[in-house]
Amino acid sequence: MYVELKNITKKFGDYEAAKNISFGIEQGRMAALLGPSGSGKTTILRMLAGLETQDSGDVIIEGKVVNDIPASERGIGFVFQNYALFRYMTVYDNIAFGLKVQKEDKNKIRERVMELISLVGLDGLEKRYPNQLSGGQRQRVAFARAIAPNPQLLLLDEPFAAIDAKVRKELRTWLKETIQKVGITSIFVTHDQDEAVEVADDIIIINQGNLEQIGSPVEIYKRPKTPFVAQFIGTSIVLDDLSGFKGFEEMEPGQKVIVRPEFVEAFKADNEKFKGLMHAVEEGVIEKIEFRGSYLELTLKVNGVSLTTNRSLERRSVAVGEKMCVLLYRVYAFDQSGAETHKNKLLKGIDVEKL
Amino acid sequence: MKKKSENVVKWILIGISVVFFLLMLVWPLFEVIFRAVADGWETYSAALTADNTVSALQVTLIATVIALVVNTFFGVVAAWLVTKFDFRGKNVLSTLIDIPFSISPVIAGLAYIMTFGRSGWATPLIDKINELLGTDISLVFSVPGVVLATIFVTFPFISREIIPILHAQGKDEEEAASMMGASGFTIFRKITFPHIKWGLLYGMILCTARAFGEFGAVYAVSKARGKTFTLPLEIDALYMAGSSDSITQAFAVSSLLVGMAVIVLVFKNIVEYKAKKKEEE
Repeated sequence: MYVELKNITKKFGDYEAAKNISFGIEQGRMAALLGPSGSGKTTILRMLAGLETQDSGDVIIEGKVVNDIPASERGIGFVFQNYALFRYMTVYDNIAFGLKVQKEDKNKIRERVMELISLVGLDGLEKRYPNQLSGGQRQRVAFARAIAPNPQLLLLDEPFAAIDAKVRKELRTWLKETIQKVGITSIFVTHDQDEAVEVADDIIIINQGNLEQIGSPVEIYKRPKTPFVAQFIGTSIVLDDLSGFKGFEEMEPGQKVIVRPEFVEAFKADNEKFKGLMHAVEEGVIEKIEFRGSYLELTLKVNGVSLTTNRSLERRSVAVGEKMCVLLYRVYAFDQSGAETHKNKLLKGIDVEKL
Repeated sequence: MKKKSENVVKWILIGISVVFFLLMLVWPLFEVIFRAVADGWETYSAALTADNTVSALQVTLIATVIALVVNTFFGVVAAWLVTKFDFRGKNVLSTLIDIPFSISPVIAGLAYIMTFGRSGWATPLIDKINELLGTDISLVFSVPGVVLATIFVTFPFISREIIPILHAQGKDEEEAASMMGASGFTIFRKITFPHIKWGLLYGMILCTARAFGEFGAVYAVSKARGKTFTLPLEIDALYMAGSSDSITQAFAVSSLLVGMAVIVLVFKNIVEYKAKKKEEE
């Protein structure tokens, strides 16, 4: 592991920002600390940077415990949430600051700064002041400034939060590509699951100071370990009682389950493809149809509860009030030990997704 | 209709303000100038060049300059401390800074006498220091006492001017600079100072104006006319002497103080104008 946190705890008065957090990131990876606001993710990032001190536990970078090394000597680049650009310095001086502090040779500084300015695509803007730049441009300056002294690790606090939605997507792609090009290990904090899934190689999910799960985006999506993760990643519906559903009779009433749109299939009664599965089908009525751009989101009333499913636009058209056959083929059920996938017993191992 | 009634309100308010200012400020100040030169220019210049006046001007300037330097330094340090660091007792310190605003200056002066005067607890200490250094410093009824009293009453001006600026700016820029390995002094010089520059200058001007005019605190610790009197004390002494000559002299010296105040005011407006222009850029 290149960067490692071991049993980190941190309290601010009564508020526990980190409860015995441990995780590691491999060199060259891009990791996302994902969680709702107030979950403690920013505090964890700041402890990594040395801007906060943990109450107990170790921060290890490149095999070295850095607990007692001040932020300025950890060799970490940090991009602040609102960028914290030096307001009274030009773009050039902002990026050059770290190099000047290290008393680098003047010509070398110039070379490096100009190289970075063109890396982040701000050629010709080096004499501008931060308040003469757009949000996206400021972020690029903040990024260039953070990596100018060639840090071994780059930390970014909500790097896209201050940018309007339109530019955000474009910047995400840009940042991911640029970080890959530079090849620097990086960790960023976000509360936006789409952002984490799209940009990160590894996702670390934090909730109320606890580490809920760490893994690749696909792993986390496919195998959520806690109810929190299952609900936080992807769209999902929580149901309290599933015992009325065919194939789930043995589940106890009151057992909380989570259903994702992908676990639900709705089809017309004359659909040939699902002919063999009719014994497991429930009847549902379409309550709502929403157009989502490339697919439809159907909300169906089934056994007194609402389920959603996504429907390809290539399939036959449906209307509100129409009766459909609904097949619930998988759910996540939770108990103290974690999430468990329950399959519909009546399907006897038939994989609906492969039909 | 609405427009008209708004206009009426506006003119009434303007009228009230103008009358108030004329009555309370402009007229009395003109009275000072008028009375100062009432007996002719010769009397006026004689009053200004009298030994006591020159001495008072010197003491005033010494006290002001020292108070300005000391308060600029400690004001910046205190403001920096309460805005950029978290520590126990921060609120108490923040309140302490304001004490000179709320305590009557006379009390400050008396407190200095109790502390540093003949029976004060700090006197043996000062005597020891004098013995060691072979000096003869005394802190009350002397110029150092006047300086101390002036420092006390003008202390909050500078820190109060820059604390809101530093608060609004937050810690991010400083943190960013420190992450890149900048030393505390470099951070202050390159990052913090440009932010507070105009506020600091403005605070210094207010501090100067207040130091020029301080009466109460200085009055308590300064009793030797011609030696430790400041301009306000000298004016008071001349006026209290009661003869028509000395009253005219009191106004002449007053006009000097008014002139100094006007110069400070002009500076203040230039600084405000420049700061505003900078802000708009």
